[in-house]
Amino acid sequence: MSQDTTVDSPESSDGASLMSFDTELTLGLPGESRSPARAPAFAQGHKKNCTKRGFMETVIDLNLGTSHISMPRGQNSESRVSGTGKYPAAKAQVTGWPPVRSFRKKTLEGSSKLVKVAVDGAPYLRKVDLQIYSSYQDLFRALEEMFTCFTTRDYNMEERKLTGALNGREYVPTYEDKDDDWMLLGDVPWKMFVESCKRIRLMKSSEAVGLGKYKFS
Amino acid sequence: MSYSSLPEDVLEHVFSFVQSDKDRNVISLVCKSWYEIERWCRRRIFVGNCYAVSPRMAIRRFPEVRSVELKGKPHFADFNLVPEGWGGYVYPWIRAMAGGYPWLEELKLKRMVVTDESLELIAKSLKNFKVLVLSSCEGFSTHGLAAIAADCKNLKELDLWESDVEDPSGNWLSKFPDTCTSLVSLNIACLGSEVSFSALERLVVRCPNLRTLRLNRAVPLEKLAHLLRQAPQLVELGTGTYSADLRPDIFSNLAGAFSGCKELKSLSGFWDVVPAYLPAVYSVCSGLTTLNLSYATIQSPDLIKLVSQCPKLQCLWVLDYIEDSGLEALAATCKDLRELRVFPSEPFGDEPNVSLTEQGLVLVSEGCPKLESVLYFCRRMSNDALVTIAKNRPSMIRFRLCIIDPQTPDYLTLEPLDVGFGAIVQHCKDLRRLSLSGLLTDRVFEYIGTYAKKLEMLSVAFAGESDLGLHHVLSGCDSLRKLEIMDCPFGDKALLANAAKLETMRSLWMSSCSVSFEACKLLGQKMPRLNVEVIDESGPPDSRPELPVKKLYIYRTVTGRRIDMPGFVWNVGEDSALRLS
Repeated sequence: MSQDTTVDSPESSDGASLMSFDTELTLGLPGESRSPARAPAFAQGHKKNCTKRGFMETVIDLNLGTSHISMPRGQNSESRVSGTGKYPAAKAQVTGWPPVRSFRKKTLEGSSKLVKVAVDGAPYLRKVDLQIYSSYQDLFRALEEMFTCFTTRDYNMEERKLTGALNGREYVPTYEDKDDDWMLLGDVPWKMFVESCKRIRLMKSSEAVGLGKYKFS
Repeated sequence: MSYSSLPEDVLEHVFSFVQSDKDRNVISLVCKSWYEIERWCRRRIFVGNCYAVSPRMAIRRFPEVRSVELKGKPHFADFNLVPEGWGGYVYPWIRAMAGGYPWLEELKLKRMVVTDESLELIAKSLKNFKVLVLSSCEGFSTHGLAAIAADCKNLKELDLWESDVEDPSGNWLSKFPDTCTSLVSLNIACLGSEVSFSALERLVVRCPNLRTLRLNRAVPLEKLAHLLRQAPQLVELGTGTYSADLRPDIFSNLAGAFSGCKELKSLSGFWDVVPAYLPAVYSVCSGLTTLNLSYATIQSPDLIKLVSQCPKLQCLWVLDYIEDSGLEALAATCKDLRELRVFPSEPFGDEPNVSLTEQGLVLVSEGCPKLESVLYFCRRMSNDALVTIAKNRPSMIRFRLCIIDPQTPDYLTLEPLDVGFGAIVQHCKDLRRLSLSGLLTDRVFEYIGTYAKKLEMLSVAFAGESDLGLHHVLSGCDSLRKLEIMDCPFGDKALLANAAKLETMRSLWMSSCSVSFEACKLLGQKMPRLNVEVIDESGPPDSRPELPVKKLYIYRTVTGRRIDMPGFVWNVGEDSALRLS
């Protein structure tokens, strides 16, 4: 019987294919903490997780499976096991859930400026909310924490750490602004940057030719 | 001497000391003469569901009321589950009260549709009108507010708590006449557009009794200091936007202004907050009892710095940016804490964006002996944590937990959270309100039915396995008044078996469950004092009787079916056949 409710039966093809997709990727053991963007405590020593999670993030970015995924009820315990990872790709918003008042949603929508951050060579993207930082320093500190767990080659070599990179050696922080131009971070006053930034890319120095000399004090 | 021989005015005087509705209702049942005396001296009425009684009936029974409180839409309307146009119109009440209660002083409305016409009628007809509270209301604009401002000569309180107000241009604040000096409380925090600052300032200056001022986001931070210096007697303040260019002169001006406000107990607002400006409020922190930071997008270290200076804090609303570490600091500092609400910064995100887990709540439950009211959004929970919380705080009265991903199990054991919530209802014997989340079987409802004897309101989503779950609740929860359920496999059996229970409750909401149209009809026919309303925007529910009804709202009423139902609401009562043909 077809129900026009927000609940899909477990047999629905979308549900099934996404469930199996999800268990293939099994991001670590259930219950193992993932590496949330702003939780350095979790990020420490979880380098493996970073990589696997990265794949998931890329998948999310490609927007797979956007159909009306809802709450599979009566699922076998396996698919429940994945915890927060079980609603992959463009999670459909179930009306009424989570129970956040529209007034609050609207207000917070205005107060958050989420932009994607890509680092050349990293297999995954992150999102940051620019509104919670008050300066470029703040933002860089947060980016550092976020991407410490990765390098393209060797985790352990000091030189590869992003701090060094952000000082102009390895990576150049750039962003795409409202006019679709790629600019250097730090060129414009902070507030103006927050307003016009669409996304951030930490570009390999070798590729940043023609963007002008990066200066950051 | 018998009590019935006491003169009426003596009895009336005695009754005047009894304020609670429940007690008043009991008094009115003692005997006919007490009923009569009581009804003439009742001064305030609370109608929890505006459709439970007609305004005419209310006015007829209680002719001398001065204060009316009404609620309209069901609670789940807050989460977009109730379609636009469903109802909850206050106009019929205002029209009736314009004639029936000409001396009405207070009107408090929640989740109702209020039109400018209604506001204009209030302003025109109620000469002694003093208090208007519009909480989560909609349908009006600043034109209506202008009428209130202009004509309510004795206005003391205007509170637009989280209402949806249309803001056509127009300077409604300046409609308060210069002779208006009576304002005690003004809350315009929800207004989107700018108000005239000079009008606001003049108003504040001429109202010496102003205790509560909640500004809207459009009021710039640079101007806040100025206002504060004009109203140092404020007890409750909501800032406007809390962001400005970093300038030492603005900061010192602001800090100076705050230090002059020796009576401040409550702070809110803090939109767009720039952390550098937070220390400006430090001078008032030691006296703060209420802090609403639920729109403040700042990180944990800044939140900790602030909260650590508020040892008298009783109520904190905050975003999950506070993280477990912030809650640990809260538990260490705020020993007087009674209420905590932690809201999600990214409710629709796929991954946790902050380090806030069940640990934070456990820590607060350990450190705050007076904690009694909790609203907590998080992404993981364990039975152990819930059991710990329950044992720590048996005096809990309101416990609303929202684990953001539906059906999330105990993250340690992968079991359902039945045992955890079971501990909550077992230990917290005075629990009045409970919201469930996470993976839950029928067992949790068995616990609730067995132990939650004082429970008045229960909210459920994506839980349970069968009708037995619903049956446990309806048959066991003696004090249940409101039950709201979404996406649960509850169907006809439990509902029909407990039909009589529904008349003892204010209302029942069920959406995306498994109740058939047939059962709704049966229920409607069997229970004439219930309105059984089916909401279906895609067409008449009886045209697809094999499908469960999408949304169902059942409430007790003494006035029968309402006459303002829109096309997508069907009342399936006795004459439902006639209605639908």
